[in-house]
Amino acid sequence: MPDRISPSAADEGFRKELLSVLPHLRAFARGLSGRADFADDLVQEAAIKAWTARERYQAGTNMRAWTFAILRNHYLSELRRSRRQTDLDEGVVEKMLVMDADQEAPLHLNDMEGALQKLAPERREAVLLVGASGFSYEEAAEIAGCPIGTMKSRVARARADLARMLDEDDVQQVEVRTRKAS
Amino acid sequence: MNQPNGRGTPGRMPGLPPEVRRDGEPGWAGGLRKLYNSVVEEPLPDSFKDLLKKLDDDGDA
Repeated sequence: MPDRISPSAADEGFRKELLSVLPHLRAFARGLSGRADFADDLVQEAAIKAWTARERYQAGTNMRAWTFAILRNHYLSELRRSRRQTDLDEGVVEKMLVMDADQEAPLHLNDMEGALQKLAPERREAVLLVGASGFSYEEAAEIAGCPIGTMKSRVARARADLARMLDEDDVQQVEVRTRKAS
Repeated sequence: MNQPNGRGTPGRMPGLPPEVRRDGEPGWAGGLRKLYNSVVEEPLPDSFKDLLKKLDDDGDA
């Protein structure tokens, strides 16, 4: 362990770095899942996994990218576990997730949150990593375990989807206001 | 659990989200970052105190 002065000093440094990224992990998990309580569970479980695996972390590298990858993989395994339990294929689960998001729409803070949850999961992840969390395409591709070109494509499609949905919402709101006024 | 090698964009601290406002981008792009940052800025809920305590306990063990 070249960076280690003593185990306790290294652990303390790791703990401080881990604590500093918790708010970012919460924001990423909230965006991925659309559910605050589930997101916080994911973050806590991912933080424990990161802590357990701290020997593998190289001090001074990107703690945020490392922990985002852990959280992302944990989220997907939770989805797969849920799918096994319900014995449904992936397409059905994805549709259910989108339907859940639609049904919870009145609880969303704003149109942006609702639109985000309507995106295909891999596009939502991509735009959260690059557009919201500020990762480079290269970092985001490493976190998601895909080629950079795939990540760029997902981000572009997510952006197009969001632009279309939010523009449509604007039009619909204007129409509603117009109908109410008449 | 592979560790991404990225170290952030040059010229900005890794781990920090981008500014909320940028020139020449659609309004929703700033809205997305605003949504993200609103969660980042929330205080950690009480449930996380147990996590922090666990990390402390494990670290001392």
